[in-house]
Amino acid sequence: MTTQGATAPALMSYDEAMATFDPVMGLEVHVELNTVTKMFCGCPTEFGADPNTQVCPTCLGLPGAMPVVNGKAVESAIRIGLALNCSIAPWCRFARKNYFYPDMPKNFQTSQYDEPIAFDGWTEVDVDGETYRVEIERAHMEEDTGKSLHVGTSGRIHGADYSLVDYNRAGIPLIEIVTKPITGTGDKAPLVAKAYVAHLREMLLGLGVSDVRMEQGSLRCDVNLSLRDSPESPLGTRTETKNVNSLRSVERAVRYEVGRQAARLADGASIVQETRHWHEDTGITTSGREKSDAEDYRYFPEPDLVPIAPDAAWIEELRAALPEPPRERRARLQEEWGFSDLEMRDTVGAGALGLVEETIAAGAPPAAARKWWLSEMARRANEQGVDIAALAVTPADVARVQALVDEGKINDKLARQVFDGVLAGEGTPDDVVASRGLAVVSDEGALSEAVDRAIAANPDVAQKIRDGKVAAAGALIGAVMKEMRGQADAGRVRELILAKLS
Amino acid sequence: MSDLTRRTAADLADALAGGETSSVELTVAHLERIDAVDGDVHAFLHVDREGALAQARASDERRAAGNPVGRLDGVPVAVKDVLATKGLPTTCGSRILEGWVPPYDATVVTRLREAGLPILGKTNMDEFAMGSSTEHSAYGPTHNPWDLDRIPGGSGGGSAAAVAAFEAPLAVGTDTGGSIRQPGAVTGTVGVKPTYGGVSRYGLVALANSLDQAGPVTRTILDSALLHEVIGGHDPLDSTSIDQPLPSLVDAARAGASGDMKGVRVGVVKELTGEGYQPGVQARFDESVQLLVDAGAEVVEVSCPHFVHALAAYYLILPSEASSNLAKFDAMRYGLRVVPEGVDNPNAEEVMRATRDAGFGDEVKRRIILGTYALSSGYYDAYYGQAQKVRTLISRDFAAAFESADVLVSPTAPTTAFKLGEKLDDPVAMYLNDIATIPANLAGVPGLSLPSGLADEDGLPTGFQILAPAMADDRLYRVGATLEAALLDRWGTPLVPPELVEGVDRAPDLASADKETVR
Amino acid sequence: MPDITREEVAHLADLARIDLSDAELDHLAPQLAVILDSIKSISEVAADDIPPTSHALPLTNVFREDVRRPGLTAQEALSGAPQVEEQRFAVPRILGEEA
Repeated sequence: MTTQGATAPALMSYDEAMATFDPVMGLEVHVELNTVTKMFCGCPTEFGADPNTQVCPTCLGLPGAMPVVNGKAVESAIRIGLALNCSIAPWCRFARKNYFYPDMPKNFQTSQYDEPIAFDGWTEVDVDGETYRVEIERAHMEEDTGKSLHVGTSGRIHGADYSLVDYNRAGIPLIEIVTKPITGTGDKAPLVAKAYVAHLREMLLGLGVSDVRMEQGSLRCDVNLSLRDSPESPLGTRTETKNVNSLRSVERAVRYEVGRQAARLADGASIVQETRHWHEDTGITTSGREKSDAEDYRYFPEPDLVPIAPDAAWIEELRAALPEPPRERRARLQEEWGFSDLEMRDTVGAGALGLVEETIAAGAPPAAARKWWLSEMARRANEQGVDIAALAVTPADVARVQALVDEGKINDKLARQVFDGVLAGEGTPDDVVASRGLAVVSDEGALSEAVDRAIAANPDVAQKIRDGKVAAAGALIGAVMKEMRGQADAGRVRELILAKLS
Repeated sequence: MSDLTRRTAADLADALAGGETSSVELTVAHLERIDAVDGDVHAFLHVDREGALAQARASDERRAAGNPVGRLDGVPVAVKDVLATKGLPTTCGSRILEGWVPPYDATVVTRLREAGLPILGKTNMDEFAMGSSTEHSAYGPTHNPWDLDRIPGGSGGGSAAAVAAFEAPLAVGTDTGGSIRQPGAVTGTVGVKPTYGGVSRYGLVALANSLDQAGPVTRTILDSALLHEVIGGHDPLDSTSIDQPLPSLVDAARAGASGDMKGVRVGVVKELTGEGYQPGVQARFDESVQLLVDAGAEVVEVSCPHFVHALAAYYLILPSEASSNLAKFDAMRYGLRVVPEGVDNPNAEEVMRATRDAGFGDEVKRRIILGTYALSSGYYDAYYGQAQKVRTLISRDFAAAFESADVLVSPTAPTTAFKLGEKLDDPVAMYLNDIATIPANLAGVPGLSLPSGLADEDGLPTGFQILAPAMADDRLYRVGATLEAALLDRWGTPLVPPELVEGVDRAPDLASADKETVR
Repeated sequence: MPDITREEVAHLADLARIDLSDAELDHLAPQLAVILDSIKSISEVAADDIPPTSHALPLTNVFREDVRRPGLTAQEALSGAPQVEEQRFAVPRILGEEA
């Protein structure tokens, strides 16, 4: 199980690693804002357009072109900073980060360096009933790069013959959120990392600044990890892992790196400070570029832009208009929905809070919404190896299925088949029920005949029921359901059986 | 018909309005002039014969319908090759952009088009505007119409020479450290660097973003004022452009022409005269100052002590910004792509390196390396950081000086036009040409150069520089117009390059009788 | 500090992605040293309390509305490209990590 010539190194078991070392993490999350236009020009930001159709001289980096700051992006950046309890800089600038890469049209990225728009904040995440405080170093504005397709035998960058670049994505506004070193998580580190990213997603969705779809790249996470002997020891050498494209990956990547680094350290080897690449398919990280803190980006203030000095009154207006913070929102929802602490935690932990909320808003009872997402959908997400939010079924679909069950049109078992159909792209729940013929038979006559046949075929069981052993009805119900291919309301079948045999 | 090329733009505008001539006639006259002399002058890198004529026809049609779009509608103009012109090659004087045709127009160009000025073509320049002599153009130097063996100044030698040789009545240049003004001085033409932010930089291929400005290159003050008003003003596409209306420059030029300088305080900058200035240059300068006094101005001496550091600050700030600006030329999206020899299946980096080595000239490479050095971690504070502080000190010097003077004056350049090749091997000697012009770019204040007469020792043009506070560009035009009028009065006729005195009918004017025009 | 060695120039050329030949390196290094020497005075000029100027004009808060502006067609965007394939810029193979 290797990836293109890289041999998976020995790993120390996670438990042993955690017994031996103390992990310190740093998480860098890039958020693609959902502004209508790009950070520095008026090109659209829509996902999935034909290549190089959403570009202009500015985002293409043509000689002579100039940037103009998108005011909405600045507003979003400030709101994100406020939601993370950051201080907002009264005055800040953009800076050029100079390096060469073909997906960067100017060979510098217009970003922020020592003057981020937001800094020194914090947020709290809950894992298994405990609260962890994550300190936020900064949140700053920058622009996204173009996208390269690597053409060659593997489609991967290594061994590619050449590359094809699309600059539609170049210039889309990004907010980079950087945590301070996250300590004191111990063996919960992978879960804390995942919970932090899930929490950020929820917060950003609540702010309405991004659609935070990790599978589409509008939320990206780089995981920095180092190990040290104990919490009192100085920080170890860290690696940065990129290509962590889902909540699952965040957890798995942390877990993996812990094991890999622990094995090396235990062997007396040192950790190479480098950028690594996460492979979701094989569950390992491989070595990428050697990362040096001293990589010389030759930062200097962007001379084509002027400083940003947000008005204090405006910042207060934005602060006052912030939506309910996630934790308070969760507490309120828990009460509204009547979930226990554990049920709520499981919902949040599965990354399903927003989905459950939307399902309830679409008309489903809370318990049902939770049931479907946490059991049925979570299982399927696991099977497909994706986050629950990436499944091809919507809250509206789930609510509709529950409504069909409540109306007696289908039962739970049939509901699962309906979900199969929806996930397979066969249409809405109603479409699937119709095309696959999954409706519960409601024709009393047909049902009654089926019950009669079952009774006739199982005289001993029928007699037991007549004698009062009501529980024996189960076998007859089973027989009827089998004949009806599950398309019967089991409860009604039972009623009919008991009525006929009473 | 051929004396149309000798007239000022203002004059031509009047002639068009009066029905005396047509834009097509004007454009043809200038195209013929270009054909006749540009083989020797080499002011143009590209002449857009068909485009210019089509624009001229459109202008004539508008005028016939009674709808001219402005005063200069139909008057041809040349554009420095550093400004993006849609559909016309834009090389910035470099091999790395050989054949690049921009898909968009610079805002300045859009304004020229909207004002109806037919664009004759693109003029030669030092590569990426780095230079003071146009010798660093990858396409060969431009020759000074006053003496073809001499430089026309730089980086905008092409625009200045075109105007000086009557190949165009108007041109647009750009000025980062003197690239409009210094060529103006050595070719006997007028050149203006507006207040920083006064003219849009959108589409101006950046050299030093915090210093660059586009501006007019003409033969008279009024012509510059007319052109400045066409191209100037706020541009939402340029975040650094001033969001306030321009003062009326044409009015200022007219007011100045009346010649009354009473109440105007003219400050002579101590650090920008005297030692290091060619005697003939100094002499013409002193006389011009006297003319202003004669017109009623009060002269004061001011000191700007930090100006001595201006050159150093400039040669740190410019290369730093430029090194970053020029990173985009990497063979991936446009321009030259050179595949390194002897390398099997070269990767992107290798192609970048080979292309940049082949595509950039020596001066560009020097400055990129210098800039990369100045921005490097460990050196930033001592170099770029320090230079930005010196900038503050220079701005403060200007502010203090402008308390006791309404305008500041100096010779535009320390010498007259030197010979081609004379300073090529001595970069520092070359940099010294900008010693008087650089401070204005660092502080963002506007500056103007107008011809102040010929130096006695060599008979070559000298320039008089006027500087004003930021946003007070009108003062340049007022004082400039007064001086221009006084000088014209003294000379009797505008000074033109000697070979051109007898008129254009004798072709080729700039070549000796038995030499063929090379074109 | 103003002394700049041939090695340093080579390193800077590397950072700037310019493939300087040996002859160019030999030629450039002394020229750069001279230039640096002439500008070294800069490090002593300004006291610590002098603020740097990055812009001549004290403009702040120049923003645009989050509204679309017409851009380039793909054809215009690709018009200068040395090589095009599938409506994308074809570039030589890229070494290093994926973004």
